[in-house]
Amino acid sequence: MIKNAEWLVVGHSKDFPIRIGRTIHIKGVEIAVFRTSENELYAVENINPHPKRGPLTEAIVSGHYIYDPLYDWKIDLQTGIVQEPDHGQVKTFAVCEEGEEVKISLETV
Amino acid sequence: MINSKKKLVVIGNGMAGINTVEQILKLTDKYEITVLGSEPHPNYNRIMLSYVLEGSKTIDDIILNDLQWYADQGITLYTGKMVKSIDGENKKILTEDGLEIDYDVALVATGSQSFILPIPGKELPGVIGFRDIADCSAMLEAAKTYKKAAVIGGGLLGLEAAKGLVNLGMDVTVVHLMEDLMERQLDREASAMLKAELERQGIKFAMQMQTSEVYGQDRVQGLRFSDGSELEADLVVMAVGIKPNIQVAVQSGMETNRGIVVDDLMRTSVPDVYAVGECVEHRGICYGLVAPLFEQGSVIAKHLAGAETEGYMGSVVSTKLKISGVDVFSAGEFITQPEHTVIVAKDEWKRTYKKVLLRENKIVGTVLFGDVSESASLQKYVRQQTLMTDEIYGQLMGTGCSNHGSKTSSAETMADDEIVCGCNGVTKKAIVDAINDNGLTTVDEIKACTGATRSCGGCKPVVEQILQYVLGDSFKTSAKQGICSCTTLSRDEIVEAIKTKGLTTTREVMNVLGWHNDEGCSKCRPALNYYLGMINPDTYENEGDSRFVNERLHANIQKDGTFTVVPRMYGGVTTPEDLKKIADVSLKYNVKVVKVTGGQRLDLIGVRKEDLPKVWEELDMPSGYAYAKSLRTVKTCVGSQFCRFGTQDSMGMGEVLERKFERLDFPAKFKLAVNGCPRNCAESCTKDIGIVGNDGGWEIFIGGNGGIKARLADSLCKVKTDAELIDIVGSVMQLYRETGQYLERTSEWVERIGLEEIQKAVVQDTANRQALVERIEFALQQVEDPWKKIINDEDSRKNLFEVVTPSIV
Repeated sequence: MIKNAEWLVVGHSKDFPIRIGRTIHIKGVEIAVFRTSENELYAVENINPHPKRGPLTEAIVSGHYIYDPLYDWKIDLQTGIVQEPDHGQVKTFAVCEEGEEVKISLETV
Repeated sequence: MINSKKKLVVIGNGMAGINTVEQILKLTDKYEITVLGSEPHPNYNRIMLSYVLEGSKTIDDIILNDLQWYADQGITLYTGKMVKSIDGENKKILTEDGLEIDYDVALVATGSQSFILPIPGKELPGVIGFRDIADCSAMLEAAKTYKKAAVIGGGLLGLEAAKGLVNLGMDVTVVHLMEDLMERQLDREASAMLKAELERQGIKFAMQMQTSEVYGQDRVQGLRFSDGSELEADLVVMAVGIKPNIQVAVQSGMETNRGIVVDDLMRTSVPDVYAVGECVEHRGICYGLVAPLFEQGSVIAKHLAGAETEGYMGSVVSTKLKISGVDVFSAGEFITQPEHTVIVAKDEWKRTYKKVLLRENKIVGTVLFGDVSESASLQKYVRQQTLMTDEIYGQLMGTGCSNHGSKTSSAETMADDEIVCGCNGVTKKAIVDAINDNGLTTVDEIKACTGATRSCGGCKPVVEQILQYVLGDSFKTSAKQGICSCTTLSRDEIVEAIKTKGLTTTREVMNVLGWHNDEGCSKCRPALNYYLGMINPDTYENEGDSRFVNERLHANIQKDGTFTVVPRMYGGVTTPEDLKKIADVSLKYNVKVVKVTGGQRLDLIGVRKEDLPKVWEELDMPSGYAYAKSLRTVKTCVGSQFCRFGTQDSMGMGEVLERKFERLDFPAKFKLAVNGCPRNCAESCTKDIGIVGNDGGWEIFIGGNGGIKARLADSLCKVKTDAELIDIVGSVMQLYRETGQYLERTSEWVERIGLEEIQKAVVQDTANRQALVERIEFALQQVEDPWKKIINDEDSRKNLFEVVTPSIV
């Protein structure tokens, strides 16, 4: 758990539909937020770990994994780790839901 | 109830007999089958014995049909049962141990045995043939105690036996009567190269030696030759040929010569008794290879099932030596005769040799050494006596320009560091290592492990070749693979289940059909979404979250995360007003590049995601579907409206077709072209459907592709009227929608289904065509323009396109 973290309210629960990524800009960081079928929220930096980069928000969501929209890399939203046969890791951020508010901490998990 | 089945009794439990039974079972169930085998084993693959000897396979590995199979098929199997004779008058088969078995139809498949030279000492212990599991076991056993082996016979089997014995640590000499090894399959050049290679692998040769005697006391000690010289050996393998097993046939009064004489329907001289395989002599020839027995079996099966068959016409035999690292292939005629035109390529550095023989410009024979990657196509050419063309020549002999990724590139000669998958930078070595280290057996596994073939897929044939090369004969293209790693079910099984079980969502499909991965992956989800929509066009609710980004956002994503917008331009025709609008919107939204596409439309590249709905709204044009597995463009030439050569109104027809069929989902993107005359300026030969106008109507082509796998379209048919043209185009589209695999282009689909089948379904069978047209019309009623829909839908506009603005920052 992250203690004493600075939590920022980034939107309303209904802004984050199931299995559709949303982009958020906070303090100069672009973040992609995903809600899984199990109703869990995940936030990752919206930069593809692929050497050619690109966004992640438009990925296909399956369980707590995403398939990136440009190169079809499979990325674990829990750890940010790119799955075999590819390699890399995307930055993940803590995200929580309090009442109807969705909050993110910029401290990386 | 009286059993109405006819009794079919098969004498011989080898490859020929059982393969024939398998073929019969596929065609009919009207026979009650009994099989009598003399060996104690179930049916096994005799050709693989060389691998058992070599140690790369066990006997269990080469069993073709286990006992359970016989039980499952309802076949009565007697093993270790010797047949004495057939009583043709009373239709009974008599066994050595006194059994009498009634038959309605009998099949003799007694095979052959090693020909043992009739020389003194041939019965000494340690002298064996190389035919069955017992011989194989004897060799394995001998290698444990003895050192020196002699193999008499430098043919296919002899060389394979010799190599096996070398691998078992024996000192092996091949004794051959002739000047050249495998002289019945190879020409002198190839034979010499083969000999050199085998010598490198440790086999010794005694050429042009005639064995006159085997000597020894209690066991063989050596060979004596006609010139008086001797060779020490404590194991002698005779591999000088085979002798058809015809004792049963002779005992039964059947006409025999070297083998059992059969006619073109494989009938012996005894009524209702057929014969197949190596025991048979057909038109004077006894075959000692596997391929002919499959062809013979198929004739018998069809005949016994009451289907029409042309009869067996003899086989074009081909040879492949099964020794690792030595590739030899020959087919048809291989010894150069004066009337032959010879194409030959010999490379002493790479140790390859390739010869193709032509008679009257037709391909009639070939010999390959060192690189046999062309063997399959050459065998086909030889069988069909194909006319040599520049194209075939280029494919076989190379045309001087590099041809990477094509099938001429041989997996073996390829350098380790050569890039196989250009998209993902995967080398040959990486693939070979992945196969060896992880025991991979399919292209999909290689894809998952190395990334090769995952992008454009253009390297798939080469990856397959590498797989085949590394795995040797254990490679099977038919290994069951599901549509993705989440399931083992095929496309057809899934579509069938959706229909019969009435499945309505991707989630339901995955649950009911037991997906390994609860929510599927980026491969199966879009595929299921397509199949569900295709099957239930009116009730299925498209799942945006199971669509690839382009089809979810209705624009093409670029690598910087911006999007390309392509408005529809029916038949490639626009107006000055529309051009003005496009220019205005492009300026307003800072479009980076305006580009004309290959399909005659305008790309507006570099639109921000959040601007997309506004751009569409201000353009006020329909979506061009440049992103979709759907009808993309209908490319047209100027046609009869303006062109001095035009015979048909191609622009007009292009617009009609594009308006009619736009927006409908297909397994893959779909492109059309319409030409006003046979000059084909709109390049219909590389389109999914290409239409060429002529003086009296239109000619329709299908299955063309200019992309990854370039393919020229096939001529489907000619039609006289526009109405007929539209009907046939629609019915081809619907047939492809219904039978295509997701992401399978028509170029692959046409090859898989077959042009003739498609012609039957949409040209000849007019009722079927009409039904297809009705189904596509029904599906077309459900489509709507996605741009307009999103402009009018506040929720998806917000959720899909807008950036979330944090409340407090």
